[in-house]
Amino acid sequence: MSSRSLRRHVTSALMTGLVAALSFTAVLALLLILGHLIAKGASSLDWNFFTNSPVPAGQTGGGVANAIVGTGIIVGLAALIGLPIGIGTGLYLAEYGSGRLGWTVRFVADVLNGTPSIVVGIFAWRWLVKPMGHFSAAAGSVALAVLMIPMIARTTEEMVRLVPHSLREAALALGYPRWRTSLRVVARTALAGIVTGCLVGVARIAGETAPLLFTALGNLNFDTSISEPMQTLSLQIFTYATGPFEEWHRLAWAAALVLMGLVLILGVAARWAIRQRHDTP
Amino acid sequence: MTPPDVRLRLETVRLTALYGRRAVVKDISLLFGAHTVTAVIGPSGCGKSTFLRCLNRMHELSEGGWVTGRVLLDGADIYDSGVDPVQLRRRIGMVFQRPTPFPTMSIYDNVAAGLRVNGHRGRRELDEVVERALRQAALWDEVKDRLRHSALALSGGQQQRLCIARALAPQPEVLLLDEPTASLDPAGTQRIEELCHELKRLYTIVIVTHNMQQAARVSDYTAFFYLGDLIEVGRTEQLFTRPTKEQTEAYITGRFG
Repeated sequence: MSSRSLRRHVTSALMTGLVAALSFTAVLALLLILGHLIAKGASSLDWNFFTNSPVPAGQTGGGVANAIVGTGIIVGLAALIGLPIGIGTGLYLAEYGSGRLGWTVRFVADVLNGTPSIVVGIFAWRWLVKPMGHFSAAAGSVALAVLMIPMIARTTEEMVRLVPHSLREAALALGYPRWRTSLRVVARTALAGIVTGCLVGVARIAGETAPLLFTALGNLNFDTSISEPMQTLSLQIFTYATGPFEEWHRLAWAAALVLMGLVLILGVAARWAIRQRHDTP
Repeated sequence: MTPPDVRLRLETVRLTALYGRRAVVKDISLLFGAHTVTAVIGPSGCGKSTFLRCLNRMHELSEGGWVTGRVLLDGADIYDSGVDPVQLRRRIGMVFQRPTPFPTMSIYDNVAAGLRVNGHRGRRELDEVVERALRQAALWDEVKDRLRHSALALSGGQQQRLCIARALAPQPEVLLLDEPTASLDPAGTQRIEELCHELKRLYTIVIVTHNMQQAARVSDYTAFFYLGDLIEVGRTEQLFTRPTKEQTEAYITGRFG
């Protein structure tokens, strides 16, 4: 083996080892978090934890049923508001967004994407909570929707752009109007990718805490009215983890494990949506 | 060039196609008789594909694409302000270089797509048209038992014939083929060429190809384009055996292009 060839092989081996080590580090962080959560929280998971609401401070027992339901309602409502707007914006950007308006929308979406979530929370407080006179789950949903829209819009745009131009032309040459080409052919072809983007977007906001502090506020009782303050898992973790009681800390770990589990389920669902697309014969 | 016994179907009159201020097809006047196959040949970049895309107003969808001159379909200018290009494209079918089946649709739905978009919904009518189109495209026997399967399960050659069936289903008057065999193997190519012979009984066909043997095999008339200009047009056997222009002879004998 010549010295040059040897050098190439050594360099290749070194670089491969380096990127493998870096990937391992990235995965390690997730494994450590998950392992720690299971170690600290799994022992507290029982039937009562999922079916009971919190008990007054100082007593043992109690669960996070109200927070699980609250997370479902607030995130669900946020998705209901955010997904249609986000997907619509993404479609517009990909199909018609080549002009000045498209550029502007894209720029605003990118800025909004980078806006700290707590700032969005403050705005929701200023424009919703303050005029209404009290905290509410609905205000929390709006704040989360605002966080979600730019994310969904940009991923939808990326996915729609991946659809080959030839497919668009084939539909147009067949006498499809432009809007029908966009919806029936282009968007449908990109559907798996769009769904994946939506699931990742929902997972991302499911764990948000900061924007809910001034909007949904939190609630120690079981309450399903969206015009009232509502508990979510993230708020519950925040309250319990920063509280003074050992019992609360224990529950915070368990709640964190549940929240992580929900996000993982969404992540797996996203993977599954992609797999469906490639397995289609 | 078109003999008197052939009815005129399509005609371009001083057609020029531009991207912005750059003309890529210059001042082309050509006649296409009903039930004839006309091949457009020439080296890459000679404007033959762009010319084809002017015939169903696809060129204007490209960035900066526009045309001057006229294109007459049965005597009426398709570039008239009263003509809706979407409606027009339902009368002029097109098949592209690479097969473009709609990946989310079944074989059946692919063929029915052009009819459904035109408002045809009746179950029995669709069944009939889909079968007829697939038969015309010589694909029926291969797919009749799996019409509900994804179109992506077909081979490249089958996909291309599916695209031809899809273009035929709305019963267009003219069929535009843009290098339809460019991505196919010899067997697939042969099937498409045989199809051209069959289909000209029903349609007027314009085929763009960079393969001169193919042009010689399938077409009645051949037009040779070079750098956006129409150099020569004539009956295929005449153009290939006794070209009148120096450039045509150089191209068909393989001296350039």
